[in-house]
Amino acid sequence: MAGILVYALHDDAGVFNNNSLGAISEAAKLAGEIGGEAAAVVVGEVDDAACAALGGYGASTVYRAKSVPEGLAQPIVDVMAKVITDHGFSYALFGGGLLGFEIGAGLTARLGAGVTMEVTKVKAEDGKLIAERPVLQDSAIVDVGYVSEPGIIIGRLNAFDVKPSGGGDAAVEDIEVELSAWSTKARMVTRGESGDEGGVNIEDADFLVGGGRGLGDKDNFAVARELASALGGEVAATRAVVDAGWIPYSTQIGQTGKTVAPKLYLALGISGAIQHKVGMQNSENIVAINKDQNAPIFEFCDLGVVGDLHKIAPKLTEAIKAKKG
Amino acid sequence: MKICCLVKEVPDAAVQKRIDAGTKRLDRSGERTLNPFDTHGIEAAMQIREGGAVAVDEIVAVTMGPDTAVRALHKSVALGADRSLHLSDPALSGSDVCATGYALAKALETEQPDLVLLGQQSDDGECYTIGAVVADHLKMPSLTQVIKMDVSEGKLVCQRQAEYGYDTVEIALPAVISVGDAINEPRYPSLKAIMGAKKKPLDTKGTGDVGIDPSQVGEAGSKTQVLGINPPPPKQSGEIIEDEDTNETVEKIVAWLEERKLI
Ligand SMILES: Cc1cc2nc3c(=O)[nH]c(=O)nc-3n(C[C@H](O)[C@H](O)[C@H](O)COP(=O)(O)OP(=O)(O)OC[C@H]3O[C@@H](n4cnc5c(N)ncnc54)[C@H](O)[C@@H]3O)c2cc1C
Ligand SMILES: Nc1ncnc2c1ncn2[C@@H]1O[C@H](COP(=O)(O)O)[C@@H](O)[C@H]1O
Repeated sequence: MAGILVYALHDDAGVFNNNSLGAISEAAKLAGEIGGEAAAVVVGEVDDAACAALGGYGASTVYRAKSVPEGLAQPIVDVMAKVITDHGFSYALFGGGLLGFEIGAGLTARLGAGVTMEVTKVKAEDGKLIAERPVLQDSAIVDVGYVSEPGIIIGRLNAFDVKPSGGGDAAVEDIEVELSAWSTKARMVTRGESGDEGGVNIEDADFLVGGGRGLGDKDNFAVARELASALGGEVAATRAVVDAGWIPYSTQIGQTGKTVAPKLYLALGISGAIQHKVGMQNSENIVAINKDQNAPIFEFCDLGVVGDLHKIAPKLTEAIKAKKG
Repeated sequence: MKICCLVKEVPDAAVQKRIDAGTKRLDRSGERTLNPFDTHGIEAAMQIREGGAVAVDEIVAVTMGPDTAVRALHKSVALGADRSLHLSDPALSGSDVCATGYALAKALETEQPDLVLLGQQSDDGECYTIGAVVADHLKMPSLTQVIKMDVSEGKLVCQRQAEYGYDTVEIALPAVISVGDAINEPRYPSLKAIMGAKKKPLDTKGTGDVGIDPSQVGEAGSKTQVLGINPPPPKQSGEIIEDEDTNETVEKIVAWLEERKLI
């Protein structure tokens, strides 16, 4: 069977990740084109109704391994390797996300399978899938094919749109999987801490000022805050400054943060790495202030200002305040 | 404890990276350097050694690559590694992620490390995956993007950011850890260390020396195939202002925002 198996990631409340739902929609479409079906793997105690509801995105079967914990890759490699081997799936597809990279890589080793990551589009040709992957800061796109089955495809964040298929419930099949010895040697102590309960919801803001490492230090985040408040918006951030503890995780945009599409995204001292770009590239207007004229963000902003943000941003804040009166 | 750091030679970021249309591989001509993300792995190893919570007997830099990759090993030794291992064989050329991960795991098996450290990504390939491939072959637990790592006898407590925030994970050694670039600030090598680097032991091994099945590596052993290379969809380029007179720059930005009714 030329089926496609998708990993459906969920949070601790059992809510499925949008990128996983997008991957199921994409798998269902592609499976139709290559002749086969799309199925999903779920680990942990997710109830029957929630699993069956994945049918609404195009999954025909959901393989559920209740006793396997969610959140660490290696036990899930054991589960997916078994499902792929037992049922002969031709491809494994992952929506964007860190865990998908780790599980996909583990499957590559386990099954001797080819892998493509950061995939933005998948094409079906002659019953096979070809993955499109942008490389070298998106300056070229390579078409990658697989010489054997299964093939592993790891999508870029937001590459696959969530599309309800209009289909009914998926069949839910419980499976027992014996975990590999090394898969049980890592233990989740705490999962998904943001350090900022009840922070602002940047996804709803029309105006966002994003701050990056170029701000210089934690105190300088005030420069971004003042500009954001003059615009009537909120501040957002890159992973670099969240990891550095300048600002809480809830403001982070990108691959392992939030996806936003405000009316205006004004980036201060942000280089525009792919993992940040994927979370904000759909903003209506992107303005970037960066002192390095070669910064990747200048490749995809609408207005780029090459200069020192410390000179420009405070004056810009004053000018906007003056305009608004 | 023995730590192996995986390091790679990459094109210098200051020079244009491009793909050779003929071979469909990365153009490897031009200036090359140690993958900057790997310096964080070496620094993490040095901080474990200097931290004193566990005794570190040896830090070994390991690479797979052509002859020139020796320079990445020298740089790794200058940054603190005690010696290095160079897996080099024409049979390896053209290996994809599946084949590279397998080959590196075979080389690491001969070292029997307690901890394998990698960078979060290679600056040229940007696959983010080699660590997890290597780990499964070595039958070791692993974690990627780690930005905090506390070492004690036989285990690590790691922190990393995944889809829902920061996870704290306890991992038994031996383990394979890819470190994020926020984990530390790599030190600069001293002049003395740079000068001495070429004198430190460097083993060069071929596929046969580490038990690699030649049919599993190189172009022939790879499971993916580049079928074509295309330019990205054309995008209207934005307007660029060079800041010369800041008052004028600010006026231009404000006018631009007003035009779009953003203020
Ligand atoms: C698996 C994975 C997931 C990731 N997830 C995310 C994510 O969700 N979100 C995210 O943002 N990143 C993510 N990253 C990290 C990402 O790759 C980049 O490292 C990060 O986005 C860089 O942040 P930055 O732009 O603040 O810092 P840098 O890349 O260091 O850029 C700082 C910029 O500031 C400019 N600058 C410096 N001083 C000034 C000045 N005075 N005036 C003007 N400009 C100045 C510099 O020219 C530079 O371009 C992830 C990486 C990986 C591997
Ligand atoms: N040929 C190689 N030799 C040694 N280490 C490598 C090689 N390729 C990748 N790595 C390691 O794997 C990490 C991640 O690379 P990648 O998966 O290509 O993004 C790098 O930071 C290196 O530590």
